[in-house]
Amino acid sequence: MRVAIIDYGAGNMRSVVQALRHLDAEAEVVSDACKVVGFSHVVLPGVGSFSRAMKSIRLRGFDELLHQIVKEGIPLLGICLGMQLLASRSSEDGETRGLGLIGGDVDRFSLKAENSDLKIPHVGFSSVNPQEESRLFKGMKKDVDFYFTHSYRLKTHNSSSVAAYSWHGESFVSAVEEGLLAGTQFHPEKSQANGLHLLSNFLKYF
Amino acid sequence: MAKKRLIFTLLYQQGYFFLSRNYRLQRVGDQSWLQNNYKFSSIATAIDELVIVDVSRKESDRNAFCAVASEVSAKCFMPLVLGGRIRTMEDAETLIRNGADKLILNTALTDNPTLVRELVQVYGSQCIIASIDYRIEGSDFVVYTHQGKKRSSRTFDCFVEDVCQLQVGELYINSIDQDGTAQGYCLDSLNQLKAKINLPIILAGGAGNQHHLLQALQCQKVDAVATANLFNFIGDGLPNARKHLISKGIDMAQW
Repeated sequence: MRVAIIDYGAGNMRSVVQALRHLDAEAEVVSDACKVVGFSHVVLPGVGSFSRAMKSIRLRGFDELLHQIVKEGIPLLGICLGMQLLASRSSEDGETRGLGLIGGDVDRFSLKAENSDLKIPHVGFSSVNPQEESRLFKGMKKDVDFYFTHSYRLKTHNSSSVAAYSWHGESFVSAVEEGLLAGTQFHPEKSQANGLHLLSNFLKYF
Repeated sequence: MAKKRLIFTLLYQQGYFFLSRNYRLQRVGDQSWLQNNYKFSSIATAIDELVIVDVSRKESDRNAFCAVASEVSAKCFMPLVLGGRIRTMEDAETLIRNGADKLILNTALTDNPTLVRELVQVYGSQCIIASIDYRIEGSDFVVYTHQGKKRSSRTFDCFVEDVCQLQVGELYINSIDQDGTAQGYCLDSLNQLKAKINLPIILAGGAGNQHHLLQALQCQKVDAVATANLFNFIGDGLPNARKHLISKGIDMAQW
């Protein structure tokens, strides 16, 4: 297993690298699109704002590369903002087009959620309820805890790409999978044993 | 809905970890002391987040701090919060590059709000924790900055409201009076807040045992409790505390 972690200049790659290495995968941070060669899997991590991230991704030529990777049949996992970036668009920090690999819209949690006692950003461990046939969650319970930190969430156009739902004042998509594409709104690399299990499933079943 | 959290905070200064009592620091031990007294592999599965703060009073060696933070958190698959002496965007970037998932800021909240706003813009609200220290003086809750040394002219309530305006993601509220006393958390601070706070609140300062943790987490407004005491939960203290909290019905993550 040789995993490329895409570095487009926003945030911390270290915990993803460490988690993958803990699983005996070779993990390499790549900040140059030309150097993404010979990898078995690709991870798109991310913290920060959607529009800034997309700008940086385009500037570095990662948008074309990621489309290419998917065409070539290399599995791609987006984590947190990385999952949101797979979608069609987001309203964070101004209307921005995403990578468009998964049909979906990214918007802030609705007012209904804001008006309740729930806090935004949604930070901390929350329950995730996987769909039965999900590969990412193979071997896990029906109700499993993962670490989240986000204010925006993805609504997919097609419910068949949803791998798991969670609840924060409303039901929202906490993981997607579609062919060789996978995404988690939560951070598996920061979710203790549950997260390591999910990452190993990604390496094994994708 | 997010579960309640248990957070362990380490105070670091030039090669050593410290105990703080009312913000006076006492040297405890170096990294090997920490490894010997806390088996990190087992501690790491009992806490939800690890905070490491460089509390150096003078200029400090940031690379050395980052190296220690990296090593301590090497097998911690949980969010890592780093802070201390963040004065510029470059300071913040160095910490993020070295594994920080979130940054904790105190002095910059008053000295350089522009920096805080910029950090929020670049890394997102969820990445920025505002650390707010206060003392009770008579009937007033007074905020102190600059490692508890500089008295703010604003009351606790005003200060919190202003900090929320900076779009930070979480509040880490620390009682200087309770700090290191093991007498329990000060829950009164939360009653000082007139406006509804829509940010997660981490309570710090004063935890001496698992009952203190429980008492604070039972409070609806408290999202997380932090302890920085190197002795009160030594050995298996944190894993045992977590078990206790879950057995008492606190909704915490399980793995």
